[in-house]
Amino acid sequence: MEGFAYLRNVATLQLDRDTCIGCGLCALVCPHRVFVIEGNKSRIVERDACMECGACALNCPVRAIAVDAGVGCASGMINEWLTSLKIRKSGAGGCS
Amino acid sequence: MPGFLRWLDIPAGRVPVVSSQLRFGDRVGSWKARWGIGRMSYLVPPGLYAIGDPTPADPVVVTANYKMSYDIVRRTLAGRNVWLLVLETYGINVWCAAGKGTFGTGETVRRVEATRLAEVVSHRLLLLPILGAAGVRALEVQSRTGFQVRFATIRAADLPEFLDNGMTTTPTMRELTFTIAERLVLSPIEIVAALKGFFPILLGLILLGGLSGGGFSVTAAAGPAVAYLGAVLTGALVTPLLLPWLPTRSFAVKGAFAGLVWAAIWHALSGESWHGAATAAGFLILPAVASFLALSFTGSTPFTSRSGVKKEMRLALPVMAASLVIGAALWIAGKFFAA
Repeated sequence: MEGFAYLRNVATLQLDRDTCIGCGLCALVCPHRVFVIEGNKSRIVERDACMECGACALNCPVRAIAVDAGVGCASGMINEWLTSLKIRKSGAGGCS
Repeated sequence: MPGFLRWLDIPAGRVPVVSSQLRFGDRVGSWKARWGIGRMSYLVPPGLYAIGDPTPADPVVVTANYKMSYDIVRRTLAGRNVWLLVLETYGINVWCAAGKGTFGTGETVRRVEATRLAEVVSHRLLLLPILGAAGVRALEVQSRTGFQVRFATIRAADLPEFLDNGMTTTPTMRELTFTIAERLVLSPIEIVAALKGFFPILLGLILLGGLSGGGFSVTAAAGPAVAYLGAVLTGALVTPLLLPWLPTRSFAVKGAFAGLVWAAIWHALSGESWHGAATAAGFLILPAVASFLALSFTGSTPFTSRSGVKKEMRLALPVMAASLVIGAALWIAGKFFAA
């Protein structure tokens, strides 16, 4: 994504190349061109561009991808935290 | 339902044919949703719709039942014959609903079955938005319904070209963008959200700020309120607009930087009336407010990760809290113990 980059070395994305069958679905669903298919395997080329949406892991037919998927949203996370502390019942800021 | 033209009778039942022309009411509705007015109940009934005069061979495009998503998709498909399958996402857009799982495998399967889609069309292909992939496991939809899922494009606007090119997704169709216009359109909701949450603070600032020498001064009250409103706009409007050019990759730092610039501008503008403890308080509080709102904007961007936001929050929230507390203490002390 030209001109935009988020924090380095935080994304939890992992690809198990031994399990990968090179079907290419991960590259098809990724909106940030994190993967390329080389030979018969996928490879992570832009880990720092990963926004951990989880589309690749969900669609991988052999479950070769692992990522701590979730939404990168500060308000949502503050709400989750307040909910867990039982300060607030539920609901997210503007996105319930 | 919005845009209804007539009923189309097919063997599987009646399907509403909807217009590709947005009316004045649709535009007003979209504008209201952007400003947070009735946004949480801006939805259309889920189900199957017809655009143009589709036959069993025509494509099926899948979208969410947020009315703005539905409007954008039906408008972009003007002049074509297409089936539109609207999923129940409770009025949430595709991307956010996929993150929550409501634009998901289960709902896709349920909606394909409920609309008896297999009897409506002769092919077995569903065209989904690429951002729906975070919620939909394509292979599972296929094994449960017989329909193959193709993730077509990110933007609805690319659908016509996709359809004309024999359903080929070009590299630009699968790459996210976040242009100035795309950022600007998000600002109203950010500002509304920021002002809602901070209204009591504004009131407190006006009341406390106006107290001077035993009386209440309107001019003295206006200063802190304007400074604060400026910080809100800096965090919710200016920072998103200048996002690529503000320093570092951290949203909290970008916001704090913009907030510091605002504090300096406000200090220069207000000149004499702003000195000592008030100056220190301004330089502590205004960047913290802008920084917090900038950090909140992570939820509206299409490139921030959960792990990244977690890290920022862990590092930045304590600093913001400290700045606010020290700044507020300095300001109040300055007001009451000033010579």
